[in-house]
Amino acid sequence: MKTFPMGGVHPQENKLSRGKAIEVLPLPEVVQIPLGQHIGAPATAKVAKGDKVLTGQLIAEATGFMSANIHSPISGTVQSVDMVENGQGLRQMMITIKREGDEWVESIDRSTEIKRECTLDAAAIIAKIKDAGIVGMGGATFPTHVKLSIPPGKKAECLIINGVECEPYLTSDHRTMLELGEEMLVGVEILMKAIGVDKAIVGIENNKPDAIAHLTELAKKFQGIVIEPLKVMYPQGGEKQLIAAVTGRQVPPPPALPIDVGAVVCNASTTYAVYRAVQKNMPLIERVVTLTGKGVKEPKNLLTRMGTPIQSLIDAAGGLPEDAGKVINGGPMMGRAMINLQSPVTKGCSGITIMSGKDAERKEIGQCMKCAKCVSACPMGLEPYLLAKLSKKRQWEQIEAEMITSCIECGCCQSTCPSYLPLLDWVRLGKQTVMGLIRARMAAQAPKK
Amino acid sequence: MANKLIVSPSPHVQSSQSTASIMRDVVIALMPALVVSVVVFGLNVLFVTALSVLSCVLFEYLIQKFVVKGACTISNWSAVVTGVLLAFNLPATIPWWIVVIGAFVAIAVAKMTFGGLGKNPFNPALVGRVFLLIAYPVQMTSFPVVENPALDALSGATPLAAVKFGADAGIVPVENLMLGLMPGSLGEVAAFALLAGFVYLLVRKVITWHIPVTVLATMAVFAFVVALTRGGDAALLWQFPLFHVLAGGAMLGAIFMATDYATSPMTTKGCVIFAVGIGVITMCIRLWGAYPEGMSFAILIMNACVPLINKYVKPKRFGVK
Amino acid sequence: MEVLFYTVLTLCVLGILAAVILYFVAQKFKVEEDPRIDEVEKMLPGANCGGCGFAGCRGLSEALVKRDDISALFCPVGGGDTMKAVAAYLGKAAAEKEPQTATIRCGGTCEKRPRTNKFDGAKSCAVAASLYVGETGCAFGCLGYGDCADVCSFGAITINPATGLPEVDPDKCTACGACVKACPKRVIELRKKWPKNRAVYVSCVSKEKGAAVMKACKAGCIACGKCEKVCAFGAITVEGNLAYIDPLKCKLCRKCVNECPTGAIKLVGMDPLPKAPKAAPAAAPKAVVAAAAAPKAVEGPATIALKATGTNPLLLLNAKKAVMDSKADKSVEGTVVELKESGLKPLKFMR
Repeated sequence: MKTFPMGGVHPQENKLSRGKAIEVLPLPEVVQIPLGQHIGAPATAKVAKGDKVLTGQLIAEATGFMSANIHSPISGTVQSVDMVENGQGLRQMMITIKREGDEWVESIDRSTEIKRECTLDAAAIIAKIKDAGIVGMGGATFPTHVKLSIPPGKKAECLIINGVECEPYLTSDHRTMLELGEEMLVGVEILMKAIGVDKAIVGIENNKPDAIAHLTELAKKFQGIVIEPLKVMYPQGGEKQLIAAVTGRQVPPPPALPIDVGAVVCNASTTYAVYRAVQKNMPLIERVVTLTGKGVKEPKNLLTRMGTPIQSLIDAAGGLPEDAGKVINGGPMMGRAMINLQSPVTKGCSGITIMSGKDAERKEIGQCMKCAKCVSACPMGLEPYLLAKLSKKRQWEQIEAEMITSCIECGCCQSTCPSYLPLLDWVRLGKQTVMGLIRARMAAQAPKK
Repeated sequence: MANKLIVSPSPHVQSSQSTASIMRDVVIALMPALVVSVVVFGLNVLFVTALSVLSCVLFEYLIQKFVVKGACTISNWSAVVTGVLLAFNLPATIPWWIVVIGAFVAIAVAKMTFGGLGKNPFNPALVGRVFLLIAYPVQMTSFPVVENPALDALSGATPLAAVKFGADAGIVPVENLMLGLMPGSLGEVAAFALLAGFVYLLVRKVITWHIPVTVLATMAVFAFVVALTRGGDAALLWQFPLFHVLAGGAMLGAIFMATDYATSPMTTKGCVIFAVGIGVITMCIRLWGAYPEGMSFAILIMNACVPLINKYVKPKRFGVK
Repeated sequence: MEVLFYTVLTLCVLGILAAVILYFVAQKFKVEEDPRIDEVEKMLPGANCGGCGFAGCRGLSEALVKRDDISALFCPVGGGDTMKAVAAYLGKAAAEKEPQTATIRCGGTCEKRPRTNKFDGAKSCAVAASLYVGETGCAFGCLGYGDCADVCSFGAITINPATGLPEVDPDKCTACGACVKACPKRVIELRKKWPKNRAVYVSCVSKEKGAAVMKACKAGCIACGKCEKVCAFGAITVEGNLAYIDPLKCKLCRKCVNECPTGAIKLVGMDPLPKAPKAAPAAAPKAVVAAAAAPKAVEGPATIALKATGTNPLLLLNAKKAVMDSKADKSVEGTVVELKESGLKPLKFMR
């Protein structure tokens, strides 16, 4: 069975909500919509305080190419467009909308009937995806229309659908593939048309045999779609790892992109959103969010409108456990810990993981005994112990030479360290600093040309 | 909710292994060899081992408490590992005070002066052993006579020493080498017990196979080539390599000493280079050096090369051809 | 005898051979360098702190020797004297800078700024700052993990465990600026160094609105503007919800200190000005003299303050605290504040 070529770990899967069907969370009373919830420039607000909006109405427009539209997830009145604290307690520009009824924009088709035929050409598909404000829903939130717009001189050879969901605990992609598989496969067809390829591979880790069987059966109805079971290994859901696992090709270090090896990768939930956008005119206003954790009474997969306060998801799953210590936006490997539970669900939020008791706290830091487990766990072939050491000493030039910009921040190094060293904390700091230095260097070079 | 939320950067999961659990696994992996040693050399083995472990732990505790004045580190079991390994490198009849001196050199000189666990450039147990070998050569090379009729010919001399001084490589039957029925240091004699420990370490994911297998393979190939050049008996072509892999400290060194985390390279490629170096140096010392056994020297020499290997041997980076 | 002869001979030949090789190698790889660089480097402090913007003292020396105009170069550790000496040696004009010292502009102690969550990551301000707002409700203040102390080559900064804030030892601080660069929250500023380490500065960098500051921290600047109004030298400006005292304009008159309702304006090395009627600054010394003359009457200056300010309890407290402080610290005999430009007469505090 295929997997990526180097490194990787296999943390406890803890897919507590794998058997739970997707439930629809009741409509929220108030939503908060951050203008910057994707990679690239924050969107520009198109509404002001007091405006009435309909569900699905454009409320913020993409600022330039590398940005994404944002639509209202509910109908109601705009209460404010102001700086509001996000999950990390930092101020961010958000549109707050108070719900009144549930009125939709008319062009949106809300029926569940599957619409297979798509007569649009590639440019029209990409335009529709851009209008719908679709971004990568696996957590990276890279605007999908940017990914699908193949730069001149490059050619896509293969579409890869990311159904790996290698993060422990999370099951939102799994449930989407299982319950909305056919719609997703239509989405795959649409994406193939958009980038002009006749081959698509859906990579799914072998711990989801039901989804593999279901999609393999469905794929018979489609041309050129292959379901590829993959060995369970974190971080297989990383774009570069998935491409390597499926095609055997390795994307060169930054600034190279997947398209340089002819691959375009799209997450399973995103593919479903593409189907809805193109076939049903449905903008990206809701997503499946896994609410999970060992202490949670009822782990669930909830179909949630964007902007819903995370607290209401927690309430729907039986409330915050008594000994809850850490609430993570995302999975335990790459998710961000939160301090503000009133913060909203965003496009990239695939799950909320609640860590209880001792799981929530880091163990006491020991001394590096040079066991090299981090080196063998690194899926990018880096030396985390060295990067962390150099970063701590602020030796940015050396750390750049050690290829820190290749780091994908997957956390394999830190999660495998028997001395519990905060390796990724330091490596991430080093990477951020080096990226800043590189940007400054490029900015300094630019005027000379 | 009464508690304050905890915030930390990702990842939010940590290893189930810990420094202590890894060190404990190493001690467990050494136990079969200790049992065989007790059977072969008698109860004195237990005394030497216990004394060595106790002295190592005590020295580490005292140094940490009164010299370094840092947190107590004996609970991570690393001093226990050093203690057992040091004992395994000593003859069973060694006087008690030599054991204590060896433990002092291992812990105080080779480990704590460099900053303790993970910072020592040389394997502490081996530094202790080599110090004793040079300081007390007589006591360190007087091995107890093994009560075995098959071994009459070489009572008191290790097979390696016997071969060095002219005996045939087939002098000790392979069964005896496997079972430890030969004179030698405490822990090095029973190849099969050490192999059992090796398997345990692999299963528990404490070490990878690269260093031990490469060291032993290098030695075997080296011995085979030497046997070829020497010509003679066809049986010697397989006997000679097998003898060198099984006799002396080859197994103990390759499995437990060369794989010491702090003193081995960080990359797989580096580990292979390191292991080949150990194999070649060991064989050179065994065949042409002044000592019958060269494992400890070979490992220490290669330990010295580790920083250099770490600097120049980088892992294969993802996406770089 | 023969053995000895050969030994000596061999060694001699070897020695001569090595010397010859060394000589040629040295000639071949000789690096031509201005000898003045070495001389200048000797004049510099040799701390290699990087405060000048170069990798070390050597880098600065090279720049000093090579550049024609050295007015942009300055060694903060050596200060004006060193620069003058170097400039004289090189025959160039040196930059003149006033001595400076690092100042921590945050007063959010553990007590005044309650912790709302627990940070469990690597103990580094940079790591915490890139992750989230921090352990307190204040997004601007000191995080307290000591990145500044880590980068200080002179041991001038230590984290006080009681307050959770860094403290600068002005005698050790060389104003190299390493801490300023290291602080992700930009809390540290290099400010003019007054004699006897006196200082008056706004110990807050929060640009939040007043209400939000009050919620997060009891020692923050709420941008009420009182200090700006009371300042006779135009040294204080309130911009972006934050007051700032220009260190070059400030004359240490300390009037703002008493005005500040939250105590965000910090006073170092001096006693606070006892509260006096705004119109008559000359009354201030009297109040102090009164307090000194009658130490039994602790409420003396406080009463004066009450008269002067009406019933503002905060100001009253400040005044009272001033007396308590001056009583507590008897080691200092007297403090003279120079106020030449202000036209005010020097104040002398007797204790």
